[in-house]
Amino acid sequence: MNVTERITELRDEAASAVASAAGTAELEELRVRYLGRKSELTTILRGIAELPGDQRGPVGKSANEARKALEAQLETRTAELDAAELDERLSHDRIDVTLPGSPVRDVGHLHLITRTTRQIEDVMVGLGYRVVEGPEVEHDYYNFTALNHPPGHPARMVQDTFYIDPSSIAAAAGDIPPVPVTDEDVVLRTHTSPMQVRAMEAQPPPIFIIVPGKTYRRDSDATHSPMFTQIEGLAVGDQITLADLRGTLLKMLRAIFGDGRRLRMRPHFFPFTEPSIEFDVSCFQCDGTGVVGGERCNLCKGIGWIELGGAGMVDPNVLGFVAENGYDPERVQGFAFGFGVERIAMLRHGVPDLRRFFDNDVRMLGQFR
Amino acid sequence: MKVPWTWLAEHCDPALEPRQLAERLAMTGTEVERVSAVGPASADGFVIGLVTAAEQHPDADRLLVCTVDTGDSERTIVCGAPNVAAGQTVAVALPGAVMPDGRKLGRAKLRGVESDGMILSEAELQISEESDGILVLDADGPAPAPGSPLTELIPLAEQVLELEVTSNRVDCLGIWGVAREVHAATGQPLGPEPWAQDAEATGDGEASSHASVTVEVPDLCPRFTARVFENVKIAPSPPWMKARLMAAGQRPISNIVDITNYVMLLTAQPLHAFDLDRVPGGELTVRTAFEGEKMTTLDGVERVLDYETTLVCDRNGPSGIAGIMGGQVSEVSGETTRVLLEVANWKGTNILRTSRLLALRSDASTRFEKQLHPDLCIRAQRIASRLMVELCGARLVPGTIDVYPDPPAQRALTLRDSKVSGLLGMDIAPSDQADYLQRLGFEAETVGGGLEVSVPPDRHFDVTREVDLIEEVARVHGLDENLPTTLPRSAGQTGSLTRAQLLRRRTEDVLRDLGLSEIVGWSFTDPEEIARLRIASDDPRSRQAAISNPLSEDASVMRTTLLGSLLDAAALNVSRGAERLALFESGRVYLQGESTQSGDLAGDAPDPVAGRFVGRLAPPLLEPHHLGALVTGAVGRSWRGEDAGADFFSLKAVLEALAGQLGVPLSFEAGSDPFLHPGRSAAVIVSGETAGWIGELHPIVCRHWDIDAAVAFEVGLAVLLADADAGEEAYEDVTTYPPAHQDLAVVIDEGVAAEDVRRTILAAGGELLRDAAVFDLYRGEQVPQGRKSLAMRLEFRAADRTLTDEEVAGLRERIEAELESIGGSLRA
Repeated sequence: MNVTERITELRDEAASAVASAAGTAELEELRVRYLGRKSELTTILRGIAELPGDQRGPVGKSANEARKALEAQLETRTAELDAAELDERLSHDRIDVTLPGSPVRDVGHLHLITRTTRQIEDVMVGLGYRVVEGPEVEHDYYNFTALNHPPGHPARMVQDTFYIDPSSIAAAAGDIPPVPVTDEDVVLRTHTSPMQVRAMEAQPPPIFIIVPGKTYRRDSDATHSPMFTQIEGLAVGDQITLADLRGTLLKMLRAIFGDGRRLRMRPHFFPFTEPSIEFDVSCFQCDGTGVVGGERCNLCKGIGWIELGGAGMVDPNVLGFVAENGYDPERVQGFAFGFGVERIAMLRHGVPDLRRFFDNDVRMLGQFR
Repeated sequence: MKVPWTWLAEHCDPALEPRQLAERLAMTGTEVERVSAVGPASADGFVIGLVTAAEQHPDADRLLVCTVDTGDSERTIVCGAPNVAAGQTVAVALPGAVMPDGRKLGRAKLRGVESDGMILSEAELQISEESDGILVLDADGPAPAPGSPLTELIPLAEQVLELEVTSNRVDCLGIWGVAREVHAATGQPLGPEPWAQDAEATGDGEASSHASVTVEVPDLCPRFTARVFENVKIAPSPPWMKARLMAAGQRPISNIVDITNYVMLLTAQPLHAFDLDRVPGGELTVRTAFEGEKMTTLDGVERVLDYETTLVCDRNGPSGIAGIMGGQVSEVSGETTRVLLEVANWKGTNILRTSRLLALRSDASTRFEKQLHPDLCIRAQRIASRLMVELCGARLVPGTIDVYPDPPAQRALTLRDSKVSGLLGMDIAPSDQADYLQRLGFEAETVGGGLEVSVPPDRHFDVTREVDLIEEVARVHGLDENLPTTLPRSAGQTGSLTRAQLLRRRTEDVLRDLGLSEIVGWSFTDPEEIARLRIASDDPRSRQAAISNPLSEDASVMRTTLLGSLLDAAALNVSRGAERLALFESGRVYLQGESTQSGDLAGDAPDPVAGRFVGRLAPPLLEPHHLGALVTGAVGRSWRGEDAGADFFSLKAVLEALAGQLGVPLSFEAGSDPFLHPGRSAAVIVSGETAGWIGELHPIVCRHWDIDAAVAFEVGLAVLLADADAGEEAYEDVTTYPPAHQDLAVVIDEGVAAEDVRRTILAAGGELLRDAAVFDLYRGEQVPQGRKSLAMRLEFRAADRTLTDEEVAGLRERIEAELESIGGSLRA
């Protein structure tokens, strides 16, 4: 057997030994045996210089190839065995994957009123409206007088008003109060409508705004809370019509309650709009039929319509209060609307009692993410 | 307003089912709240009977065995009423009839005698509350033949519409006004005006010889009419009138009183009857009361009046509060034979004022306060006079006392066709416009391009302008079926939220994502809250605005801090079993101080978050928007170890994370708010301005709300947002050149704040030192007593080069030197 044949033999022998090695320790032994300083292959390589000239080349090449091949094989096999051994170890390191995550990451929630308000704001912003805010403690002038509820007007009585004791308000400098303060000159606003006049005082037409905010009335039962949230809308320009109000309300209602909804406008009376209407949305539980599964629909009480709010064309008398800012009632006109945010939320989520919104029981509030 | 169907139909028969009419009226502006029924649900089995014999029951003292002719046969009916007698015409329910309470009548044996029907009382028919005796139908004259349906005399199965009448439509507080509305809505014919025919005056002399009226305050009493009736016989009203009054919600009393109520219900004009013999000299004077003047009203209550109260007085003093309630002195009684019938017109605002002042509302005041037209007085006098003659056997004395110095002119308006279509966005043919207005009682004449319209007295104060006519036309025309659906054509503005509104949403979202739940607290609170929060009287937060008419004492002042609301919510949830709470509120507080306002809604819009609102008049209070949070119980729950309780640092981390999201530099200085733990609280500073506070709550405060330890903060949103750069950040190259990090352990006296160490390091490091952050705090064997070791991680970076080790080492030496100046040293 010549040296080259011996090299081939060694290489085959080592290859089969590596392939069948059962562990990394055995591999290390094989590496020492076949590639170590005292191994036969190393000895051959070391003795190349002593070989006859014509043999040196072929033997050296073959020995080097054998060594590289063996090294590569050892490396591959080591990696294989390492992985197998790691898997074996990991398989004993088991956790109960059904235990809860830790630490618990509590995510809070927004109040349902905030969420509903934002939704409506976003719809109206999309229709070209700005969101403006106004004071909740308000002058009688803005809450009533400038909204065409003159002093002594019966329409004032419809709204049970909270009054602020004038002696509890600091006497302020400047132009307030405009008239001597009496017991009923400062109110908690009974609607968001006062901001109609404030906004028109500040901006000439055209104006497109909505006013979300807290409002107050002396009333407390399942559908009335002494504090509640309203959204007011106001659009005044030179050609804005009652038909435009209808289109605007329909867009808004469909955005909130779904594409298939219909709008109904019923004539009504409000001192600060003329004509005035109340508006209803077709019931989204029975689709306006009044019947669900053969039973009377409990949401709309079988009527097929759900009352939502009031609206109308801004009364010329209201515009008259801001006429000097470009609101000449003969030249501009527009509409206003208002509705309760809680009512929208109650309808959409089936909340039965308005007062639950202000209990602030986290178990109730937390249902709405 | 309750409208009995048969009464309405007498003036305008809708030719619709009540439900259909309700639907139609809703669409023309009159809401029908409900349709209810009065009396038996069906008229079947209710007939007129003639009692031919009434004999004592053989086995019962208090029962009579009657023989009753009911047309088809003679029946035996057992009756317990003391007033039943042979010869009476009575109301009979036959077996099978269904009573108003739903009970179906059968044949029943009463003490051994079978009763083949029932003789009815008024109460059983629900036409009055009279239940002691049976209803005798021929008491006032001949009755229909036995066997005739009872409905020939009394409406049975009466449907009643309950209308919600808006405050501008006082005319619809009368059946006639409703009938006109039904006429307009349905087009069905309207009957003749019920006041068309007056009573014949057969009395002696002249009204003015029996009585006189002086009106001292014509501005409060635009008209006062009076008629005099003699020979009046006080008696119960006939069944038909009782039935109508009952169905309309008025209890029958006596013919005179019933007539005044009946005519009011028909015309909306209230009336008042005086026993003229109890009015000394027949002299009446209308004047205002003296301050503190007293009188006893019909309800037996003594009322104290003020100088703006209008009175109807006789020689001796007040006899009635004008337009609200009469007095006892001249009340009609069973002995009355001479009646003065007052039909007056009062100034609505004065009636409303007095009615509120006295907390006394009546059917009359609810009508007068909405301002009736003086012309209605004579309508009511004419209808009432006929009824007085017919039902009370009275003789009308000729003449009407009528004090009416200044009759208003009939209102004339122009309705331009261009305005109708321009306002509504739909065309209505002018001939239709005229038709609708005429149906409503207006006169309308076509004049080029529009209509000349005269307003009837019933609508004089409601319809005063062209736009009011447009509403009338539109609602009768029908909005729902005819109005187009369009969007405004005017060039609008760009819809958007302001930056402050967007950032407010961001703050709320961040707090939510950090695990806090939003509450909405009451704006009003208990005045004691200030004391419970230990807030001193010189603290601006102690100056709460007070509500004059609160629903309850504990909700009678406006809140000046969100903390009370957060504590209230926490206390409620803890009492309901919550063990850990993380709450926040984003809402207003109400502070003293002028809220300046300026600018417009476009460029320099005032910031509502700061409590600044547009408008000519500054609001009465300052209403800044605050952000508050409260955490109690464990934070960072895990089944793997101890839960950490909420403390100062856990909530400070929330506030810092929020500030980080907003791009707001925050700093903290030891604080002194009275409701906080004095050693564990801080003022929150933004750009040198105090934005609010943060801290663990004082144990005494927690005790007041019955909760364990809690930590809270409250900041003014405007101050917090003033320097926020979220959304406005400028680009900085942080990737081209790598940073160098160095860790330092600074040993320093306990009394030196970590923030002071950090600032010293940052100042010494100059602009190349980008950040210095505390990552460990050590006290113990390795450092001397009274000192602590703060481990700081420093980040050095240059914008234009990679820093060399030498540069960083040089900076580190400078930092070390500066730290020595505040007593610090580096630990090896």
